[in-house]
Amino acid sequence: MIQKPQHLLTVEGLTAEYCAQRGRIIAVEDVSFSLDKGETLGVVGESGSGKSTLGLSLIHLVPYPGRIVKGTILLEGQNVLKLGKEKTRDLRGRRISYVFQDPMTSLNPVERIKDHFVELIRTHEPKVTKADAITRARKLFKDVGIQPERIDDYPHQLSGGMRQRVMIALALALDPSIVIADEPTTALDVIVQAKILDLLKSLQNRYGMALMLITHDLSIVLERSDKIIVMYAGRIVEQAPSSTLYTHTQHPYSQGLLKSIPNIELEEQKLTAIGGSPPDLLHPPIGCQFWPRCQYIMEICKIKEPPLFKTGIDHLVRCHLYAGETSG
Amino acid sequence: MGDSSTKKSMLSRLVPLLTSLARRGLAGWFIAIGLIMVIAIVAMTLLAPWLSPHNPSAIETGPPLSPPSSQFPLGTNKMGQDMLSRVISGGGIMIQVALLSVVICMAGGVPIGLLSSYSGGTLDRILCLIMDSIYAFPGLVLAIAIALMLGRGVVNMALSIAVVYVPSYFRVIRSQVLSIKEMAYVEAATATGAKGHTILSRYILPNVIPSIVVVATVNFADAILTAAGLTFIGLGVSVDIPDWGYDLTVGRGLLTTGVWWVIAFPGIMVVLLALGFTLMGEGLSELWNPRLEQ
Amino acid sequence: MTLRAYVISRILLTIPMIIILLTMVFVVIRILPGDPVLAHFEKNVDPQLVEEMRVKLGLDKPLWVQYFDYFFGVLRGDLGKSMYDYSPVADQIFSAFPATLELAVLSMIIAVLVGIFLGVQASKHYNKPVDHTIRIFGIVTYAIPVFLLGMILQLVLGVGLRWLPIGLRMNPLLAAPQGLTIGNLHFSTGLYTIDSLLEGNMFKFVESLRYLFLPSLTLGIVLSGVFLRLTRTNMFETMRLDFVTAARARGLRETTVTYRYALRNAFLPVLTMIGLQFAALLAGAVLTETTFSWPGLGTYVVDRINFRDYTAIQGAVVVFGILVSIVSLVVDLLYAYLDPRIRL
Repeated sequence: MIQKPQHLLTVEGLTAEYCAQRGRIIAVEDVSFSLDKGETLGVVGESGSGKSTLGLSLIHLVPYPGRIVKGTILLEGQNVLKLGKEKTRDLRGRRISYVFQDPMTSLNPVERIKDHFVELIRTHEPKVTKADAITRARKLFKDVGIQPERIDDYPHQLSGGMRQRVMIALALALDPSIVIADEPTTALDVIVQAKILDLLKSLQNRYGMALMLITHDLSIVLERSDKIIVMYAGRIVEQAPSSTLYTHTQHPYSQGLLKSIPNIELEEQKLTAIGGSPPDLLHPPIGCQFWPRCQYIMEICKIKEPPLFKTGIDHLVRCHLYAGETSG
Repeated sequence: MGDSSTKKSMLSRLVPLLTSLARRGLAGWFIAIGLIMVIAIVAMTLLAPWLSPHNPSAIETGPPLSPPSSQFPLGTNKMGQDMLSRVISGGGIMIQVALLSVVICMAGGVPIGLLSSYSGGTLDRILCLIMDSIYAFPGLVLAIAIALMLGRGVVNMALSIAVVYVPSYFRVIRSQVLSIKEMAYVEAATATGAKGHTILSRYILPNVIPSIVVVATVNFADAILTAAGLTFIGLGVSVDIPDWGYDLTVGRGLLTTGVWWVIAFPGIMVVLLALGFTLMGEGLSELWNPRLEQ
Repeated sequence: MTLRAYVISRILLTIPMIIILLTMVFVVIRILPGDPVLAHFEKNVDPQLVEEMRVKLGLDKPLWVQYFDYFFGVLRGDLGKSMYDYSPVADQIFSAFPATLELAVLSMIIAVLVGIFLGVQASKHYNKPVDHTIRIFGIVTYAIPVFLLGMILQLVLGVGLRWLPIGLRMNPLLAAPQGLTIGNLHFSTGLYTIDSLLEGNMFKFVESLRYLFLPSLTLGIVLSGVFLRLTRTNMFETMRLDFVTAARARGLRETTVTYRYALRNAFLPVLTMIGLQFAALLAGAVLTETTFSWPGLGTYVVDRINFRDYTAIQGAVVVFGILVSIVSLVVDLLYAYLDPRIRL
């Protein structure tokens, strides 16, 4: 197997926090992973797990009062966090695109759809004329499955699903290497959800970009991603190729997530939820962040936070249960 | 002396209040500073007979139209009256007018607002229309018209200003009541048979009070400015008592001859008083309706 | 609600408001003090003179006849006759109006520009010293009586630095701008700035601006506080909305994001505020005109107060009210037109 000399994206030790009047919240703690060209990475976690902050960090857009404390984000060898303002601005939308969660609120209400495209294309490629930009936009519309006439509409005239397609089209307009989709279907109804996810997959096949799917719904990423990161309280608690995660789920939290996915093929199924409530990020527990909700707690869990243990090829778990393995 | 000992006990209660306010960020500072300014000015006016170096109304206390000097720190006016004494004693009328107008305004606006929004229907519609019409009208102009026709005097001026500001209370109360009315606990109370006035006093009133206080502070500031404006035009109160408004009008005429001190110092006092209330209003509104929470 | 339905209902709403307004003014001036005619004259006056005035002004008729005469008179454009010389009030007001219009327009422009600019700056540096300073500026400008600010500016810019004139509308050595004259046809707006341009006289134009500037600056500064506060709050909230972050995530430039995205969305409330502030503008204009001896409606009203010319004051007050109603109607309709969400 030919090993790539460097990954498309390498994240190392990323830590980000929010400092508000009430206190300090560590949203992302020591996260490291890599992403290769054409690969799909699923990032799963409940709200507050830090997954959105992680996504925004990759384009260095963590909103005030948040900030990235340490870590490196290497995009094709360059550290995104060390780029100047102009270079960072240039990178956004062109090399890494971000598709936001709520299409209702992500488009400028007082601008027509076509203007969104013209703006985007001409900001990054000033030599393109307005007419050319619109032509490219129409082509993109075809790719994402919207009728080209809708390009003259205002955002509020489109349905939720259509707006999300517009967002995806905008994300692809400049042929980025990575597309980050943050909960791309949460704000949509179930039927549209599947369509959008399939669309993303087929576009990925066509355009060859790497895709990062951020979601709280494990079922979405199990089938559609190559590897999965499970996040809890800002930390990676498990990381594995998706098939391995499905068959050899190791972290108690991931097991809980898996168990709570309804399976229509079973005749009788008891749905189990993960007991307890999400962590209070202002006053985090000592030791493993998950211990208050864990079935398998040992004494050590309450004292020392487990490091990531390597339990297989590309399989990392942050849990004392696997302490026998080598530390990853 | 009775006054200074009451002052001391008020101060002792005031200091902890102010320190707790200062901790609440800029809004707290606003309230604290505004409060200090208002209290200081009111206290100065109340204690004027003891504080002013000369009799403010005594003519020819000094040479007329003399600029600020060590003998007369704020100068003298046309009649030789000491400006410092006049400034110290001159707040009375303005404060009275403002206070009276706010009281009248609240006494009128709050019940009407409560009644209208709670009963709803045609009564509400008509009252809304009337209030909107008054509200839309340029305040000073309406006040001019009313003051003109009622004649001079503290009460009349207060009345004319009050009429102009009633709609402000009306609107604020109405919007609050309407939103509270919708809330589940009020519906629950009505469902369990609570009477109208119980609902009003127990649920609605306590929630409405913060808004009333904020409107009242702005009302005070506006009342002072409007009173100053009315006086400036010539519809002021009678001239025997020292009054900042009067000095403003007189001082204006003197300005062109280079005599700036007659108008400047009363003017500063008016600004400070209005500013004090405005700061309080701004701070309170930020504190109670934080719009910019992170 | 469709645009058309909104326009119609909004226009219809203006009608009862104007009726209430006219009634209010009538009640205040005619009914409140009792007899405006008696109030006009000094204490010892020949009752025959009083009666004569009553008849000439139609004030001897029963009250409700007076009301209808007044009401329909206004609709016709007849605002009654002055107690001072029996000349039509409407004509006097009409000639004083353009001066106030000029002042009002420039003041509002200054208020909006200053307010928006400072508001944007404040929101960009939220909770930092720049923000605090700007907020304090906004509060202080609100608390200063407009006539006091006017006098301060007169002192500093007019007397001290001698850059600008401190009163009147035009250089007394010049004739008022005449506007456009083609043969026997005469067209003038009454606005000195426009008329001097129409006349082609640049010197008069500059002069008229010089005289207009100080009063407009005064009134503009006093009004700017509201726009400042509004813009600051709106910009702060808007800049944190998803579509702004999304715009940044697409790599759009910061200026584009601030102005095309955030400000454009935050601007609509500013428009409504202009309509709401118009009443305050007129009120402030009265005091500003008095301070600067600016010959507009404000000075007119104050003069009439001195003459105790109650019918004239009534006419002027009515005009103020109608102006506000019309402006707020126009602004509401404009807002409905501009907000694409209501439009379609």
